[in-house]
Amino acid sequence: MNAYWQCLSGIVLREWLRFVMQRTRFLSALVRPLLWLLVFAAGFRAALGIAIIEPYDTYIPYEVYIIPGLACMILLFNGMQGSLSMVYDREMGSMRVLLTSPLPRTFLLLCKLLATSLISLLQVYAFLGVAWVYGVQPPAAGLLLALPALLLVALMLSALGLLLSNAIRQLENFAGVMNFVIFPLFFMSSALYPLWKMREASEWLYWLCAINPFSHAVELVRFALYERFNPTALAVCAILTVVFAGLAVLTFNPQHAAVRKAS
Amino acid sequence: MSALQVSDLSFAYGAREVLRGVSFSLAPSRFAALLGPNGAGKSTLIALLTRLYDLQKGEVHMGEHSLRQSPRPALRQMGVVFQQSTLDLDLSVEQNLRYHAALHGLARREVSERVALELDRQGLTERRRERVRALNGGHRRRVEIARALLHQPRLLLLDEASVGLDPASRLALNAHVRNLCRDQGISVLWATHLLDEVHPDDDLLILHQGRLVASGQAGDVSAEHDGGLDAAFRHLTTNGASR
Repeated sequence: MNAYWQCLSGIVLREWLRFVMQRTRFLSALVRPLLWLLVFAAGFRAALGIAIIEPYDTYIPYEVYIIPGLACMILLFNGMQGSLSMVYDREMGSMRVLLTSPLPRTFLLLCKLLATSLISLLQVYAFLGVAWVYGVQPPAAGLLLALPALLLVALMLSALGLLLSNAIRQLENFAGVMNFVIFPLFFMSSALYPLWKMREASEWLYWLCAINPFSHAVELVRFALYERFNPTALAVCAILTVVFAGLAVLTFNPQHAAVRKAS
Repeated sequence: MSALQVSDLSFAYGAREVLRGVSFSLAPSRFAALLGPNGAGKSTLIALLTRLYDLQKGEVHMGEHSLRQSPRPALRQMGVVFQQSTLDLDLSVEQNLRYHAALHGLARREVSERVALELDRQGLTERRRERVRALNGGHRRRVEIARALLHQPRLLLLDEASVGLDPASRLALNAHVRNLCRDQGISVLWATHLLDEVHPDDDLLILHQGRLVASGQAGDVSAEHDGGLDAAFRHLTTNGASR
């Protein structure tokens, strides 16, 4: 058991050290949601009126509405970038070091997912800190309650990223997948606009958004941030995390990538 | 008992067969050179030995452990240095080593001791806190060797470890690994395509188009061909002759 613990803590520590050493990566991860918050939201607030919707008790400014979506956006990009680094690692070699560990491969991959998820949480809370200073201030207890919700979402998106990376032949193909995964997931969700607004525009778009896992992720975090519980979102995220992680581990095989590349 | 026993190993990328019935064994404390032109199948063989790829046909034993049936104890017997550097460039030398120790589940109390010992052996103690990015190619390879030896394996695999080094660093690295082999009783499988890295008393394996076309002591293989190892290698890898 101790060997497993040493391994997990070693993988988490490595991700932490890489995070600390690569400050530009951290800053660029923060810039994206901050641009949305400080520029996009400022321009968009006049165009979009938010009715009183759960979990909010009153009318809210647009900046308050998009905070959970932007927090999840960080997790979405990090989850996908984590997979990008796995494709890179698989091609360039550092994944090979991980896989020469005598511990089970499933355990190693789950450790890697957990480690990248924990690092993503640091970025989310840094963003929430800046948003707090800017004036978007969810209740303190909500910030604490959002932690497990954010971790679950981070794990779900990292597992999805790993699953996608298993299907990618080589690094160059990843950009296309990003466009076909990140943007649809993000824009067809409740991150930027409530779904009833989408329903006004199009019924089928509304349903696409409603079944989008990312919508459930955003709502889970939104409710937790305001000290409310959303059992449907929790169930969807928990089930999908298990499914994505299970499939990602089952389909992970560097040999398949090599065979695809060679053929 | 052999440090490494490979029996009838075959492997294909889809329809393309890259290893065909490869069998050899490596005795304890021996330096074996695995020689072959680019594309001979050396890296695929290393990928199979390190369990990066699953065995399709054939068996691999490391000491008494079968890689297929008991991969965990088998992998514990083995240290590996890959062709491309697998170090984290932004982490320090010591952080890279500690990460590897964690992957092998080594207890924290013994890690410091082993890290200090291996860094001392590789002459890197002074540079333990430096980022790997600041080291030259030869020193980076030494860090990778220190890392590969951290869990005290009985077998060390090096896949074209000298690629990218200048001639002096390349030969120094080769001599260094030979010393490890002699002083610590480790068996070494040194994959290369450079003939000057092979000594007459080494065990020699020549791989060509996925087949083992020669195996034996390097001096003996050379003696069978006029012109030494160079001629032997050219003959065996041009005509695909087998022995």
